[in-house]
Amino acid sequence: MARQFMKGNDAIVVGALAAGCRAYYGYPITPASEIAHAAALHFPALGGVFIQAESEVAAMNMVYGTAGMGVRTMTASSSPGFSLKQEGLSYCAGAELPCVVVNIVRGGPGLGNIAPEQGDYFQITKGGGHGNYRLIALAPNGAQEMCDLTMHAFELADKYRNPACIMADGITGQMMEVVEIPKALPHKWDHTSWCVDGTPGTAGNLVSSIILAPEELEQHNLKLDAKYKQITADEVMFEKYEVDDADLVVVAYGVVSRIVYSTVDQARAEGLKVGLLRPITLWPFPSAVITSLCATAKAFLAVELSTGQMVEDVRLAVEGRKPVHFYGRCGGMVPGGDELLAEYRRVLGGGSR
Amino acid sequence: MKTYEKSGGFFPVFERKTGPAKDATHYCPGCGHGNVHKMIAEALEEFGLLGRSVFVSPVGCSVFGYYYFNCGNFQAAHGRAPAVATAVKRTNPDSIVISYQGDGDLAAIGTAETIHAANRGENICVFFVNNAIYGMTGGQMAPTTMIGQRSTTTPQGRIETVHGNPIRMAEMLATLPAPTYIERVAIGDSKHIMKARKAIRKALKIQAEGKGYSFVEIVSSCPTGWKMDPVHARDWLLEDMLKVFPLGVFKDESDTRDEGYWNRRYDAYDPAVVDEYLDRLKSTLGESEPVPLAGDLHCKFAGFGGQGILTAGLLLSQVGMRAGQHVSWFPAYGPEMRGGTANCSVNLCAGRIGTPLVENPNVLVVMNQPSLDAFAGEVVDGGVIIVDTTIVEGRPDAKRLRPVLIPATAIADEVGTAKIANVVILGALVAATDCFPRAFCEDTLRAAIKKRSLVDMNIDAFGRGYEFVKNAR
Repeated sequence: MARQFMKGNDAIVVGALAAGCRAYYGYPITPASEIAHAAALHFPALGGVFIQAESEVAAMNMVYGTAGMGVRTMTASSSPGFSLKQEGLSYCAGAELPCVVVNIVRGGPGLGNIAPEQGDYFQITKGGGHGNYRLIALAPNGAQEMCDLTMHAFELADKYRNPACIMADGITGQMMEVVEIPKALPHKWDHTSWCVDGTPGTAGNLVSSIILAPEELEQHNLKLDAKYKQITADEVMFEKYEVDDADLVVVAYGVVSRIVYSTVDQARAEGLKVGLLRPITLWPFPSAVITSLCATAKAFLAVELSTGQMVEDVRLAVEGRKPVHFYGRCGGMVPGGDELLAEYRRVLGGGSR
Repeated sequence: MKTYEKSGGFFPVFERKTGPAKDATHYCPGCGHGNVHKMIAEALEEFGLLGRSVFVSPVGCSVFGYYYFNCGNFQAAHGRAPAVATAVKRTNPDSIVISYQGDGDLAAIGTAETIHAANRGENICVFFVNNAIYGMTGGQMAPTTMIGQRSTTTPQGRIETVHGNPIRMAEMLATLPAPTYIERVAIGDSKHIMKARKAIRKALKIQAEGKGYSFVEIVSSCPTGWKMDPVHARDWLLEDMLKVFPLGVFKDESDTRDEGYWNRRYDAYDPAVVDEYLDRLKSTLGESEPVPLAGDLHCKFAGFGGQGILTAGLLLSQVGMRAGQHVSWFPAYGPEMRGGTANCSVNLCAGRIGTPLVENPNVLVVMNQPSLDAFAGEVVDGGVIIVDTTIVEGRPDAKRLRPVLIPATAIADEVGTAKIANVVILGALVAATDCFPRAFCEDTLRAAIKKRSLVDMNIDAFGRGYEFVKNAR
């Protein structure tokens, strides 16, 4: 078994290589830079492309170029840099180009800081760029998943011809864990029906997001929407821990889900029936399972490194059937286990904070 | 009688074009784009490059370039055509890539992309149509608009002190070392047009030969934007614009560059090659049967940067990995790492690890006084606290905690260098917790330490730390 002890950020690059990614375009930013460092080492060594671009904007538009060639490609950044990528993401979605974009989220708004946060949830799951589009968004919570979900992101991006995003945080990026190095995926994809790769076979194709006629652009939007509905129906991923009999279902993703996981057994030892529901896909959001848990749960608690973003999706899934509480820290502050246990007691006891 | 036929570089019928006229372009009468398109199309066809050509259309009047060119087409975001072209070329070095741009696209919103594609010497052709106006959006000032020239955003005319001066891209780019060929031509009278044709052909040839980046600026008229009839527009171009945008070759190293010099390597995906490569990244610690863990460890290592705090945590983690246990290592990251204190959290568990952050360690290593002050209170009751007494003056609460007091730095000095105090500490940690057998840890250290000459010293340091604790019991 080929294993290595590695950083989450490095595991992303291993996953990308094993998924057949051939070109990496990036711009330095803490705490995502290790991804570029690893890419700079490995991509050229494998005959692939690494370019440190002049800007995040250029990097994302280089992704547009390689993605339009039908070749797997990626970029990675952290929050302020991810904001700059929105233009290219919208173009990729409009032109239906598969690609993977990593956001190692840090504290915001503005320059904020370099500490872990989840304040980009809205930007990632609700659009970010202009127009009617969605990003497929995956939230790993450990080094192995940084690798595996990156591979999955490439597969989903290809399957639906849409950008996919890895949303992680500084802790998951910097943390080292044991990673089982995956086997490289078979080269099964063939995009010659739509890509433009500089060969005669694809010379009749066009990579574009411009559709002038309103009736045609409406049809294009409806086609994209149908695709997004399909993704919503088929690609939801989540993890449950002790939720089936839980009075309190805690909803948390990324590093927060790890902290919550640590508290569930402690809470149960105290007689508090707490469970963890972890969204792995943030978009599509695991709404159906949350809705179904309304039958057994007394309340829901969203815990985030934000002032309350994912909690809105929890509320949309619960639709008022049960109380939905929120507990968040932000700016780089991370809740401790004791802090969360106190919150569970308060919610289940009906007390005030 | 000679019959002139439309170049095969164009689609026979412009099916992608909206509206009924599928045989005419969307350009206004007197516009220079049509001429430039024709020169490119003819050259691509004549040189036999069409099948491998990729034409990147910008945003601006030539946004619809893909209506016309009978080759692969991309439509790029405003100003990003050189970035897109860069990626296309790098992903298929055999392709012929054209970044076709207007003045707003190339010299305003896309200035960075323009300069850096040139500076990297991308083996592409940039064809820059400079007509001193934003045409598509309604006649606004362009970066190349002339002083005094009226536009919809300079209704009183362009004023130097308000709007700046027309920007000369060819001259600017010619200061860079990488570009191979930079020329400014014009779509003026027939003499100019012949020269423009020659320049475009030359640029494409340079690319086909792998000789690098070409930039051809084509000064061109926009009668609609300039609010002139085509004849006056041509005259204004020749008499006024060319004073600010002089024609000429600004750089030409096409004769001295070797063929293929600017070609980049690109290998298509081959899973077997990737597998072989990734296999080299795997751990070299060597396989081991799973070694049971005496009890879950939640460790924090803290001290000054440079004491090997993070490495001590990593070495313990590697022992844990080789033993087949669940392991996580997390460093305090960011500015605090660049001087001052350093710390890392290590979890070693038989089961799945929850939070990678160690809030309440059952093993704390402190190698400086601030760390003792900061973290001793967080250790769980009965937890182990390992203190390097060579450096730390304070002593932990012996009633609540299990202190392990060891002059690690002094011992390390005896071994050979104070730098391996962290390994002495590691020996002490293993002895104090009995987490794994000593021999297993030493075997792992031997494999983990990259520099072979340092192995013995490290094993010695580890053993001394281990024995110091065992003998003290």
